[in-house]
Amino acid sequence: MRNSTQKLSYLQAIVEAQREEMRRDERVILMGEDIAVYGAQSLFDEFDHSRLRNVPISENSFTGVGVGAALTGLRPIVDLTIASFVYLASDQIINQAAKLRFMTGGQLKVPIVVRTSTFYNNRTAAQHADRPYPLFMNIPGLKVVAPATASDAKGLLKAAIRDDDPVIMFEDINLWGKKEEVPVDVDFLVPIGKADIKRAGSDATIVSVAGCLLPALAAAELLAREGIDVEVVDLRTIAPMDKETILASVAKTGRLVIADNSHKVGSVASEIAAVVSEEGFESLRKPIQRVATPSVHIPYNQALERQLYPTKERIVAAVRAIL
Amino acid sequence: MSRRNSRPLSLHIPEPPSRPGDEADFSHFEIPAAGVVARPDTAVAASEIRDMVHTLVRVLDDDGRAVGPWDPKLDADTLRQALRAMMLTRAFDERMYRQQRQGKTSFYMKCTGEEAVACAAAMAIDSDDMCFPTYRQQGLLVTRGYSMVDMMCQIYSNERDPLKGRQLPIMYSSKAAGFFSISGNLGTQVPQAVGWAMASAYSEDTRIAAAWTGEGATAEGDFHYAMTFATVYRAPVIINVVNNQWAISSYSGIAGGDEATFAARAIGYGMAGLRVDGNDFLAVYAATRWAAERARTNQGPTLIEHFTYRAEGHSTSDDPARYRPSEEAKRWPLGDPIERLKQHLVAIGEWDDERHAALGKELVEQGKAAGREAESYGTLSGENVVQADSMFEDVFKEVPWHLVEQRDQAEAERQAWHK
Repeated sequence: MRNSTQKLSYLQAIVEAQREEMRRDERVILMGEDIAVYGAQSLFDEFDHSRLRNVPISENSFTGVGVGAALTGLRPIVDLTIASFVYLASDQIINQAAKLRFMTGGQLKVPIVVRTSTFYNNRTAAQHADRPYPLFMNIPGLKVVAPATASDAKGLLKAAIRDDDPVIMFEDINLWGKKEEVPVDVDFLVPIGKADIKRAGSDATIVSVAGCLLPALAAAELLAREGIDVEVVDLRTIAPMDKETILASVAKTGRLVIADNSHKVGSVASEIAAVVSEEGFESLRKPIQRVATPSVHIPYNQALERQLYPTKERIVAAVRAIL
Repeated sequence: MSRRNSRPLSLHIPEPPSRPGDEADFSHFEIPAAGVVARPDTAVAASEIRDMVHTLVRVLDDDGRAVGPWDPKLDADTLRQALRAMMLTRAFDERMYRQQRQGKTSFYMKCTGEEAVACAAAMAIDSDDMCFPTYRQQGLLVTRGYSMVDMMCQIYSNERDPLKGRQLPIMYSSKAAGFFSISGNLGTQVPQAVGWAMASAYSEDTRIAAAWTGEGATAEGDFHYAMTFATVYRAPVIINVVNNQWAISSYSGIAGGDEATFAARAIGYGMAGLRVDGNDFLAVYAATRWAAERARTNQGPTLIEHFTYRAEGHSTSDDPARYRPSEEAKRWPLGDPIERLKQHLVAIGEWDDERHAALGKELVEQGKAAGREAESYGTLSGENVVQADSMFEDVFKEVPWHLVEQRDQAEAERQAWHK
């Protein structure tokens, strides 16, 4: 049982993570808009409805309610559905959840999990397609995770629920349907703050952020056919960042491309580039390349939208530029 | 410390009166007869009319007669114009819904059953008053005579899309038509409408503003902030809460509708509040006229709750059969706004079934013709798309260096990959 797996999609893995943690710990509760019909139907079938709440359309309120509930020792999962809805709840997340332990001299802890999804590349236009991880990476006291596989989604969400501090999880709807074998062990956790080498290589390092893992792996495959051996490091946790794994990889390859679908200015890629420049400069044989989204709002029309994000082609071109 | 109450605390979790498989049940609604609610003078103090938020302003009775003090006494031509506006809105909706199902666009939202809410308001305020809508007030544009072809081109995101492929289908915006834009995050337009109205007064203008929000989004902070500002400064604004009973899958009780009416929100702020039969064109028209007159005479803002029913899904991405009885729409006790206005026109001898059928046909043809033209500029599934370079237009008069860089980079990438 300990080593067995089951085939789950990314989205199913998220539901199973919540189910397992709700079974394990009755302090785990779930709140969100429309979740009884859209998102958590099977949890409503299994658990007492006092633990699941279809809430009023009021993001800052229900996140604040989550913070208040977390103060009593409950472990609320707050579902903010679409990443741009997180802006509405940002005062409760940034000014309250992230700061309370510090401001109260450690008297209070806020074990809340904020789940949200990035809806980019799906014709959802400027107000629904944001990938705002960098904004939250900039907040001390907040852990930010962004899994790119079903197993990581399950393991990171379970770890987030068990964590005593606020964690925000960015899910990627482009990955919802992606299936893989996922560990069934109820204590399978992916440690927060650990990157994962998804493909070992020696010629160059690609660090992928969130949903950029798939184009990064595809780029590595394409380059492998030409005899170029690329290492792909899946960041998984954006804050706190696993500097050790990134620096070790760059020490080995001497070349770094960062694939990040957030806007390039002040991106996660920018932070990784800064860290490697400060602490791994001697390893670098060529300048660091950031493949990110240009600083422009996301249009609805797919012909306009799809040209904006990191793709296999753009990542390959960036690797080639530094070989 | 002793506890007087040793029983454990418990929470109330609101549940709708009926679910799929149940009989639709609206018996808990108290619906007064048409014509029984008094019409206060528009100069009345808000504190004098608090009872208005607990009743329902209705003009059209069950026989289609216009009765009581709220009857706006519109002439027959205006009534026919109203009927045409609502029927055109519905014909447009039906056509675009079908086009979405055929893959010509990715998304659509109908306003079926709620046509009176927008069409009556558009006729009751002036054409240059400013509208801050949500996504179910396409009737404002239709009634104001905005081009149906332009609306379709926006939905198709084609080469004539006035918003150049940037916005979600149906999230129209027209400065010329006084139709702001539609927000993905909810409730933001309500304080904006208040701000527009305050600025209109500050500029010694005569135009007023109107906002619309669903009942579900009254839970957003923005709604309440707007109520405070509107009342404190007596802003010339009308805040419309369209209570169509459903916020996607959440019934109105989730937003607090079981405990008080949405119109009653006005009382706590000291604002005038009205609650109207949203499926009664004449009631919506009369209430809006009343609120507009208050606004124009510096008596301050009005909250109007439009009590109506969302007869179809929230959008083409929603399936209401999952959360409400399928025949609920048919059981809605306040009927259909088009049928009710038709019945009235027939009752006063100004309309008949033949003319109604002919008008219906004419409007379908009008929709078809507009559709043919719009589709000639492309649909989402077709070849014609907005030009990639258009991304860099319309924001800066002088394109700044970072966008020049981006434009060049985008062009270079397109050249490289499409070789």
